[in-house]
Amino acid sequence: MDKEEYKNLVKKKYPKQNKLKNMLIAFVVGGLLGLSGQIISRLLVILFGMSVKVSYSVVCLITIFLASLFTGLNFFDDWVTKTKCGLIVPTTGFAHSITSCGLEYKKDGMITGLGANFFKLAGSVLLYGIISAFILCVIKVVFYG
Amino acid sequence: MANLNFNNVYIKDYFTIVGPKEKDSKITNYNLKFDDYYFEEKTFELAEIKMQRLVILNLLNKNNLSQENINYIIAGDLINQIAISNYTMMDYNIPFIGVYAACATFPLSIILGANLIESKNAKNIICLTSSHNLTAERQYRYPVEYGAPKPTTATCTVTAGTGAILSNDKTNIKVSSALVGKVINLGINDVNHMGAIMAPACADTIYNFLKNNNETMKDYDLILTGDLGCVGLDILKEYYETIYHEKLNKIMDAGCEIFLDSQMYSGGSGPCCLPLIFFTKILKSKKYKRILLVGSGSLHTPVLVNQHQTVPAISHAVKIEVLS
Repeated sequence: MDKEEYKNLVKKKYPKQNKLKNMLIAFVVGGLLGLSGQIISRLLVILFGMSVKVSYSVVCLITIFLASLFTGLNFFDDWVTKTKCGLIVPTTGFAHSITSCGLEYKKDGMITGLGANFFKLAGSVLLYGIISAFILCVIKVVFYG
Repeated sequence: MANLNFNNVYIKDYFTIVGPKEKDSKITNYNLKFDDYYFEEKTFELAEIKMQRLVILNLLNKNNLSQENINYIIAGDLINQIAISNYTMMDYNIPFIGVYAACATFPLSIILGANLIESKNAKNIICLTSSHNLTAERQYRYPVEYGAPKPTTATCTVTAGTGAILSNDKTNIKVSSALVGKVINLGINDVNHMGAIMAPACADTIYNFLKNNNETMKDYDLILTGDLGCVGLDILKEYYETIYHEKLNKIMDAGCEIFLDSQMYSGGSGPCCLPLIFFTKILKSKKYKRILLVGSGSLHTPVLVNQHQTVPAISHAVKIEVLS
């Protein structure tokens, strides 16, 4: 049996996953998370008289804090798995990846452990995020002044 | 390569420790369990070292042996540079052979030990393996607390420590022959599908072992493969039938036997999988007299996988006879 035939055999035996169900769970959970963010933002505006722009930043801080706290309390990873990544909308996902790395490497020393590995998972997002932001800024300046 | 035959090698005793997840699994009859992944230590790595030390200590105490009675310890684990075994052995005044064959470490250590005993260069040898879910997870995959969902083909490394004393004193568990396997790579690079990576190596070793011994499946009560997982076992059966035109019946996979629910994906994995099921289930059941242990190891290195290389695998076989 050559490699190609074997690959086909493995493919044939691959257990079927209900992708539609997974997507639906992620869609609903992610949507609910977004909705609750919107509700908190409205409450902040109404109750504390914040401007809409400031309330968005506060909502962002709250989600980051909660995702990190729940990761530290040892159950966020189970939630993420159960909700098929629906909980990992950009801010919570970023916070979760950084906190989990921090927890993982804190015993390996402040420099060689925590410092060196803090952005192990989030590093790519940062690097390519910054590069693409830079390129888009250049395009904006060149074409739109 | 011809099989290695042994006339004078027996398993004198064995000891098993299981972790928190395994104590709620299908496994019963273990010697010791612990409820905490830290095992009262500061890090997971130290916990695994403690597990290995406890296995050695208990094996010595149970059999009234002192360190001088043990000629060699052959040990291996999953962590880089087999660090766990190296650190365990610091505390013992016993010559040490470190081995790595991923999840085929246990049969490999038995093969090496049996050779030393058969050639009368040793009388008592301890073969030791361990794996810890969280040390392995951290090294091969993501940080422990990171909740990346895994595909259904993924396996879960078991947390356990197992050890056996090989001896030339006659007991009812005889190691009668063995085959050292070859490294085989059929071009699979999905590290979440170890069963598919290892199945061809497993098939090659089983076929060659039986052929060299002039035996067929009928001569065995059970073929126990290492940790292909439920999906991997399915692939092995079909692959074997296609290639060698023979049906693999009376086969069981240790990885597929460990966990209760399907939440643990395709099953358990790790070098402890095979010995754990062999000692706690197969030997205790007293149903099987002639058993072929086939450990299969996926020789997975994250660096080379990141460089887009496919993953090789190896498989070693050991024939065990339970004498009455």
